[in-house]
Amino acid sequence: MKLRTLTLGLLSASALAFAAHAESITIATVNNGDMVRMQKLTEDFTKANPDIQLNWVTLEENVLRERVTTDIATKGGQYDVMTIGTYEVPIWAKQSWLLPLDKLGDDYDAKDIIPAIAGGLSVDGKLYAAPFYGESSFVMYRKDLMEKAGLKMPDAPTWDFIKQAADKMTDRANGVNGVCLRGKAGWGENMAFLTAMSNSFGARWFDENWKPQFDQPEWKKTLQFYVDLMKADGPEGASSNGFNENLALFQQGKCGMWIDATVAASFVSDPKASKVADKVGYALAPDNGLGKRGNWLWAWSLAVPAGTKKADAAEKFVSWATSKHYAELVASKEGWANVPPGTRSSLYANAEYQKAAPFAKMTLDSINAADPTHPTVKPVPYVGVQFVAIPEFQGLGTTVGQLFSAALAGQSSVDDALKQAQDAATAAMTEGGYIK
Amino acid sequence: MATQQTRSLARFMMAPSVVLLLVWMVIPLALTLWFSFQQYNPLNPIHDGFVGFSNYALFWSNPAFLQSILNTLVLVISVLLITVIGGILLALLIDQPMWGQGIVRILVISPFFVMPPVAALVWKNMIMHPQYGVFADIARFFGAQPIDWFGQHPMTAIIIIVAWQWLPFATLILLTALQSLDGEQKEAAEMDGAGFISRFIYLTLPHMSRAITVVILIQTIFLLSVYAEILVTTNGGPGYASTNLPFLVYQKALLEFKIGQASAGGVIAVILANIVAFFAMRAVGKNLDK
Repeated sequence: MKLRTLTLGLLSASALAFAAHAESITIATVNNGDMVRMQKLTEDFTKANPDIQLNWVTLEENVLRERVTTDIATKGGQYDVMTIGTYEVPIWAKQSWLLPLDKLGDDYDAKDIIPAIAGGLSVDGKLYAAPFYGESSFVMYRKDLMEKAGLKMPDAPTWDFIKQAADKMTDRANGVNGVCLRGKAGWGENMAFLTAMSNSFGARWFDENWKPQFDQPEWKKTLQFYVDLMKADGPEGASSNGFNENLALFQQGKCGMWIDATVAASFVSDPKASKVADKVGYALAPDNGLGKRGNWLWAWSLAVPAGTKKADAAEKFVSWATSKHYAELVASKEGWANVPPGTRSSLYANAEYQKAAPFAKMTLDSINAADPTHPTVKPVPYVGVQFVAIPEFQGLGTTVGQLFSAALAGQSSVDDALKQAQDAATAAMTEGGYIK
Repeated sequence: MATQQTRSLARFMMAPSVVLLLVWMVIPLALTLWFSFQQYNPLNPIHDGFVGFSNYALFWSNPAFLQSILNTLVLVISVLLITVIGGILLALLIDQPMWGQGIVRILVISPFFVMPPVAALVWKNMIMHPQYGVFADIARFFGAQPIDWFGQHPMTAIIIIVAWQWLPFATLILLTALQSLDGEQKEAAEMDGAGFISRFIYLTLPHMSRAITVVILIQTIFLLSVYAEILVTTNGGPGYASTNLPFLVYQKALLEFKIGQASAGGVIAVILANIVAFFAMRAVGKNLDK
């Protein structure tokens, strides 16, 4: 009995000592495939860092955004590492809510991060979040339907060509829609697409003095073109289609073309998930010859909130998850095609990756074609390609998204939607103190 | 009969739970009231402070506000009509002796076991989807154009989904009432020559009136706060076509982080809910006093 008590006592004492020594960090992340894979591979990290324990909070994108935003804004301190996007980073860094990532290690090679992505995650030259995967948007199209229509997709198509091709590919009797585009309201849904598209039409959200620009002809052209194109060649119920809905439509062979995130390429070319895997071609997002293409730029990234007491451990983890070593780890376990894309130049120079991912070059070209610091034809006071990096944008973007989605559904006219958008934007900017 | 002592003891023993319930209700309500007079946007903490009634004015002048009130009322009234009338009919139907009655009853009440977001997802993607929903297949089979439910008729679509979820509840309560009707009364009426419709109007319906009241009151409370079905299917759109009051408050609080305006919206929602409850109690609640 005595011996047992003694052993138990010793055991609990050593457990306590270990607990005091080990540090546990809480990581909030999104439930996308790449992040779920990261969780499975963390043994590699914990083996090398036995004194750090990892707690995961994995959430659906919208819920994650609500939780981490609430946590950081109210200084809740629940998370030591947060998964955030290019929208949040510049705003949060300016509020001093994030720690600059300057201890990522000697072999981290921050210069290898694709410049456009690094630019979107830096403020005053300092990196405030490390990209886990990056994306732009491009055209995914059915090579067989294109051929049947007697057309050839150029590497860099214009919007007129897209319209012409969509008209010819549409075959409603056989359930084929010429083009599938986002219509579901939300700043990260239809407005991501429409804002990027509007850049190529010469439109902008605000002029240099933050005056909303929805009353300008460029926006009218953008929205009218989009609504006409979707009415003629888009799928039924397009106003409720977001990324996932369009992905399902394309995978089932119901879309001739789909302009959306480059990460979708690995899903549409996966024979297990896509009926048209062997028939997909890729092209840059369309333009109008004005010098800007209609593609966006996004990176899901890992950041360390300023409130954490475990900054060192958190940064160690961020360094591991976004390193070259991690890419090699994924490649060795799951194949090169599954390595998180869009963050490091070295990945695109890798012959094995190029072979495994036929969309690699077009992805890189698309990312490089986006410039978050000069997103529009005319000058603007904001940063961000498919968003405006100000705190008011996620509310305003969603409101405008609702109005444009109503125009697509035919519940209001293009002119009405634009007028209401102008009113909503003017009210929001006045309330935020940007204009009087 | 309770003595003075036992009554005092009962009060004393109930006091903690009463206090707890009060605190449970008062604290959130007080905080909501407090925030409704503050300019508080956690994302842009520069303008914090007391702003009087401007949050109420902003919420009130929001172009979505009137539409959301209208949508809330349309949703509550339509679902109540469908579930009460449908519930009575279904209760009458499954009260009839028939083969496999148990299975039919389970099938009828089964939608009630499905969580609202799951139900909404199933309806959205498998039933009402204009490309690969069952309704679209049926429409195409008859050579008709599939209906774009969530784009063209968003409120109708949501009403159908919510009514589908609440119909079992109404049916169940009404069936219980129906079964408590004395068989001898029915027989007597039948022997007096009353037809099915007369028996229903003069005997069955009055007997069910208390149950109908319960259904209306309970459902009204829940229907005023429908939210998940809208979030999953239409996100309040297109435009504001399917935004109800709870969804508008959610939008203000968690999409725009305008806590002040959302709180003002919450207070307005509480006031409106009380007005509706007041009229509902006046109109139908009398039945409960009998």
